[in-house]
Amino acid sequence: MIIEEKNAADSQHFEGPAIVFDDVCIGFEGNQVLDHVSFKVEQGETRILLGPAGGGKSVLLKLCDGLLRPDSGKIFVLGKEITAMRERDLFALRHRIGMVFQESALFDSMSVEDNVAYLLHEERVPEEEVRKRVEEALAFVELSAAIDKFPSELSGGMRRRVSIARAIITQPDLILYDSPTGGLDPITSTTIIELVIRQRDEIGTTSVMITHRLQDAFMLATHCYNSASKKVENISGGGVDKTTKFLVLNEGKVVFDGTTQELTHSDDPWIKDYLA
Amino acid sequence: MSFSPVLYTKRILASVQEYSLLSARAFRSLATPPIYWGDIFTQMDSIGFGSLPIVILTGFFTGCVLALQSASALQQFGAVSKTASLVSLSMVKELGPVLTGLMVSGRNASGIASELGSMKVTEQIDAMRALGTDPVRKLVAPRIFATVFMLEFLSILSAFMGIIGGWIVSVGLLGLKSSFYFHETYFSLYFADVWQGLTKPVFFGYIIASVGCYFGITTSGGTQGVGKSTTRAVVMSSVMIIIVDFLLTKLLIGIFGR
Ligand SMILES: Nc1ncnc2c1ncn2[C@@H]1O[C@H](COP(=O)(O)OP(=O)(O)OP(=O)(O)O)[C@@H](O)[C@H]1O
Ligand SMILES: [Mg+2]
Repeated sequence: MIIEEKNAADSQHFEGPAIVFDDVCIGFEGNQVLDHVSFKVEQGETRILLGPAGGGKSVLLKLCDGLLRPDSGKIFVLGKEITAMRERDLFALRHRIGMVFQESALFDSMSVEDNVAYLLHEERVPEEEVRKRVEEALAFVELSAAIDKFPSELSGGMRRRVSIARAIITQPDLILYDSPTGGLDPITSTTIIELVIRQRDEIGTTSVMITHRLQDAFMLATHCYNSASKKVENISGGGVDKTTKFLVLNEGKVVFDGTTQELTHSDDPWIKDYLA
Repeated sequence: MSFSPVLYTKRILASVQEYSLLSARAFRSLATPPIYWGDIFTQMDSIGFGSLPIVILTGFFTGCVLALQSASALQQFGAVSKTASLVSLSMVKELGPVLTGLMVSGRNASGIASELGSMKVTEQIDAMRALGTDPVRKLVAPRIFATVFMLEFLSILSAFMGIIGGWIVSVGLLGLKSSFYFHETYFSLYFADVWQGLTKPVFFGYIIASVGCYFGITTSGGTQGVGKSTTRAVVMSSVMIIIVDFLLTKLLIGIFGR
């Protein structure tokens, strides 16, 4: 299976946290979107990013991938200071980062197969192997039947899953999920969250996930993937996953940064209100 | 909103700078690997073969009209026999490249701007960057290369069709002899004229594709923004073609002496 044969050459080891934000500010036309944001995401951690709409979550995720540049502050990703890198050098680093966009952002001139195979084609992987790996990635997101379709023929939830398949096909060192369940029905959302849990527990990929749905966030914290039964189950004894942590943004500021227990036991009135 | 000339000028200068940077990056992408040949051929097909009908029709009928108009003017001097040389010189040096440029600009500067613009507003360009591909290398460079390459051939074809159109009118309506028409055409065209006709499409093709790409990838503001970019791309590239045509003609006449 693809998820087991992790390409050793691709994942270079590095010391320290996977993501570091050091006093990052960014604004658009006088509108301050992120205001002195600092936090760390350790290797192997799953960070859930919560906050009201327009709070700067998507902007923060794009900063992690170098798609936007901060006005001030430093960002380190996978051990490299991306704020000091040229766009040209960022392209190589981005091969090690998978990104799922809020609106999927599939290439609508390409079939599902070519969308998912995009990175493999770029890396000039032989055609038989490409087909095999695409089939595996689509099986992982339970969309094998859609391989020859075009993005315009898919539903929103299917597009989201194709976009997950496209992001994980090379087993990146870091995955950034922007609202993978946004605007979907509860059943499809659960399917997608199960995929994220599987990716976390089977491979242990570092990831950041934005979500609007608290139930998704808590499902991620309280469930794990059982590789024996091949099912996502409740963690026994009402425990929580230790690698899953939270970051809450409001109006461009970090209002919470910590574990699941710390979040649920927070005394901050705004957080209490937000979780209620 | 009040109009501030200083701000306006600043914004224009910033766009010119951005446009120049984009061009520089596109040239660098064409000079260094990897080069996306697949995308280049797809673009050649859509730009080149897709434009064949309009280029053939405009070239042909422009040649016909030129023959009619010049014959009626030349008649006053009793020089109807010079029709062939007038048609061929205008078609080869001026109208072939410029008309083709304008037609292709209407068809492809808009097509490029709207395609890239839609990709921009649906985040497909960001997705491409996120997948480690330089959009300038994958989207801009192939379009510039393909447009320059195909416009060269389209311009030659257009000039050729114009000469054929002129021939049909000359023989059919003006009563000139075929052999005389082609003899006159052949001997009135000098090396310098052909060079002029071949140099211009390189610049026009570059203008069409680079302006289309620039407006495409700087699109903002959703679907409405795509519409605006498309219109701007056509207007800007057409105007630039006419202006650059004047400058080039001045320069090339300076070099070749005719
Ligand atoms: N490219 C941009 N140009 C101008 N403003 C932008 C841009 N991107 C984001 N913004 C602004 O930044 C703010 C935060 O946007 P962002 O997309 O990060 O919100 P979000 O937290 O992801 O919201 P949602 O939960 O609705 O997705 C918004 O006010 C938005 O208008
Ligand atoms: Mg968002």
